Amino acid sequence: MKASIIVFPGSNCDRDVKVALEQAKIKTTMTWHNDATLPKTDLVVLPGGFSYGDYLRCGSIASKSRIMKEVIKHSKQGRLVMGICNGFQILVESELLPGVLIRNINLKFICKTINVKILNNKTYFTKETIKNNVLKLPIAHNEGNYFASKDLINKLEDNEQIVIKYCDENGNINLESNPNGSLNNIAGIVNKSKNVFGLMPHPERASDIMLEGTDGSLIFNSLTNYARS
Amino acid sequence: MKLQVIVTLKKDVLDPQGSAIKNSLANMGFKNVENVRQGKIFDLVVKEKNEKEAISKAKQMCEKLLANLTIEDYSIKITKE
Repeated sequence: MKASIIVFPGSNCDRDVKVALEQAKIKTTMTWHNDATLPKTDLVVLPGGFSYGDYLRCGSIASKSRIMKEVIKHSKQGRLVMGICNGFQILVESELLPGVLIRNINLKFICKTINVKILNNKTYFTKETIKNNVLKLPIAHNEGNYFASKDLINKLEDNEQIVIKYCDENGNINLESNPNGSLNNIAGIVNKSKNVFGLMPHPERASDIMLEGTDGSLIFNSLTNYARS
Repeated sequence: MKLQVIVTLKKDVLDPQGSAIKNSLANMGFKNVENVRQGKIFDLVVKEKNEKEAISKAKQMCEKLLANLTIEDYSIKITKE
């Protein structure tokens, strides 16, 4: 299993995610956003950060960078792409995932540990998790408020594309446990063919016993044994 | 040629910044403001003499980068030859 982490100007979780992937025995390479080709890889990771200073709209300028053409090609071949936080914003701006991430409803940058419920544990990214279990993961964002048309939200629900939702520590999905105003408490989704995953929480910041717990490592461990079929 | 692009949020999209501005205006005494929606203006200077061509290019810019059509609408006008 090989992963390529894309580094944009302003990425700041690229090295954290490298450590987390390597702990899960995944080989990594760092790829600069202006490179024309992607190294041979099974998984592309778009890390968190503030690519291009969040100018225009978060992730919009990064979504047009040179390497993204290759990332889009890679995803169309059915190979894996994961975007964390700013990476999720880049994925929606590149239209690899539907919907959009707008300003948090309370207009504040939110940096805290929250709970998410696993709704779909059958994706490549969540194989090692248990359905309906609650993971404790940190969030740190200003634009994590997931928005899409009602029709699209219903489709996401019906196709089991919503992988994680914000919840309380007992797994109740309600208004109180929604930190940022996301529709239906959406914290992470996959595309229709389920090879592209975007999430606002930072699993790489919860992959070490010394830091915020190890719930996040379940995501990376799910990817360890992924073999290209 | 100079063009102006205005990007606004679609009607059904929540605008928390607009509501915060409205509340602030109300606190300042502007109590009769019923609604505020915030948007963006882009002033473009393009090397193009043909109006139709300039507008068509600006349209492409809006659809590819300047606006996110999931939540935003745009309008384009020529401001100066």
